[in-house]
Amino acid sequence: MRPLPGILKGLITTARTALRPTHTAEYPDVAPELPPRSRGVIALLEENCTSCMLCARECPDWCIYIDSHKETIPATTEGGRDRQRNVLDRFAIDFSLCMYCGICIEVCPFDALHWSPQFEYAEVDLLDLLHEKDRLGGWMASVPPPPALDEKAAEPAEIAAANRPARGAGLAGGAGGAGGSGPRMPRTVRPRAAGSPRPDAGSPPPDAGSPPPDAGEASP
Amino acid sequence: MSLLEAALRAASVLAAFLVLPLLVGQAEHKVMAHMQGRLGPMYAGGFHGWAQLVADGVKFVQKEDITPRAADRWVFRLAPAVALIPYLLAMATIPIHPGVAAVDVPGSLVLVLAATSVGALGTLMAGWASANKYALLGGLRAAAQLVSYELPIVLALASIAMAGGSLSLMALTQAWSPWWLLWQLPGGLVFLVAACAELQRPPFDMPVADAELVMGAWTEYTGLRFAFFLLAEYAGIVVMSLLFAVLWLGGWHGPFEGTLGWLWTLLKGFGVAVLVIWVRVAWPRLREDQLQRLAWLWLVPIALAQLLLTGAGVVMGW
Ligand code: SF4
Ligand code: SF4
Repeated sequence: MRPLPGILKGLITTARTALRPTHTAEYPDVAPELPPRSRGVIALLEENCTSCMLCARECPDWCIYIDSHKETIPATTEGGRDRQRNVLDRFAIDFSLCMYCGICIEVCPFDALHWSPQFEYAEVDLLDLLHEKDRLGGWMASVPPPPALDEKAAEPAEIAAANRPARGAGLAGGAGGAGGSGPRMPRTVRPRAAGSPRPDAGSPPPDAGSPPPDAGEASP
Repeated sequence: MSLLEAALRAASVLAAFLVLPLLVGQAEHKVMAHMQGRLGPMYAGGFHGWAQLVADGVKFVQKEDITPRAADRWVFRLAPAVALIPYLLAMATIPIHPGVAAVDVPGSLVLVLAATSVGALGTLMAGWASANKYALLGGLRAAAQLVSYELPIVLALASIAMAGGSLSLMALTQAWSPWWLLWQLPGGLVFLVAACAELQRPPFDMPVADAELVMGAWTEYTGLRFAFFLLAEYAGIVVMSLLFAVLWLGGWHGPFEGTLGWLWTLLKGFGVAVLVIWVRVAWPRLREDQLQRLAWLWLVPIALAQLLLTGAGVVMGW
């Protein structure tokens, strides 16, 4: 008679549940309350995408298709170098293969992919689950705003960098000589030719005061 | 009995046979759902999904009827009928009111017993004829289970027959007195457990065991034939519940038994059916060895003790 208490407990539990109101969410009639980070569908913010292919490479199912080509942007200044830019031709995710692991979203360095909580995109034909660029872009509208930062959290890197007091203002050769306001220009580090005097070793460099050498000014 | 009356009675049993299992099935949908904190089917038919089983039936009819090439053709095709028809026969003999039974035969208790045992043969035939190892395993398990649980049922019914001094269900129910509720209680419990097992319902559904045996003996069945097996299960619940209500709970005995007696029988039977459903929801499936243990170490001894008690009672004239 050892199992008797358990048997009675089972009966009592089920009877009690039957007498309580049910907690069924009647889904098609009542919209479900989804948690903020639900993984419904992946949205693409096309402007941010650089076609770097990181997402496609990391996707365990290889269900991301990216085609891109390079376009040349002519130099803006006289004698400057032409630049090249990736242009996205096709970006598609096959949701019949996707396992919603979220790796693509994690690895995207440019915040071009986002989770949208929309999940009602079932199709009759499997092939229709291949969402092309425009459809993926359309999901962007339903992406919730990112959650606010924690109060005590460190500032985002770009804001911290912008607010940092200018360093080395007034020093010879200092690139931040423009009064310390505004973002500092990054200092270009280039290899010194052997034997030449160190530029910051007391005597001012020959081009002190002139704007820092840019890529346009080719070194000899 | 004139020909017309015979036809009328046959038709009424057929109607009951088609309606009552659906009623039990729908009750199972709903009771089970609420016991699990769900709602159950809500759409078919409008009001709380009352037409769900009818819709299921329509769906089953549409499906293809497949007989595997390696199957033992005739045995395979006959199995659902063998499972289903005996319950129709059994239902015909169960009295729901004095004088209201489709056929009132003197030895109806034996007839019901024989019919319900034949029903189990359907599972065996299905398991053997399907040419499928899951079905075969299910069939073997069913055989083991039916052999074990046939005995407690027979013993429990024998005790009732002794107490009432008859083999006719009608006479037994007329002999019933409220005192039987206590006197025949152990036998009644044995009968309930064994009936559940005989119907291969959870927690005694090893022959089907859909998680490990892919629906056991019914693995190869499709469409209407599969539906017949399901219907046989529900018809079996109806038969067993009515039997319990008639023999242990006193059938039509109750207030206004002269006019509303049939309602009492049906209500009691429905109550027992809900109990069978409740048991299904509350308890996990037994393991094969536990099943055999329960039958041989608990049910059979208790049934024998009940038989002893009943014998003593009859001799002493309680
Ligand atoms: S969620 Fe995972 S599986 Fe889906 S596209 Fe992204 S990386 Fe691939
Ligand atoms: S990782 Fe981001 S930026 Fe790179 S291709 Fe994928 S979506 Fe575009």
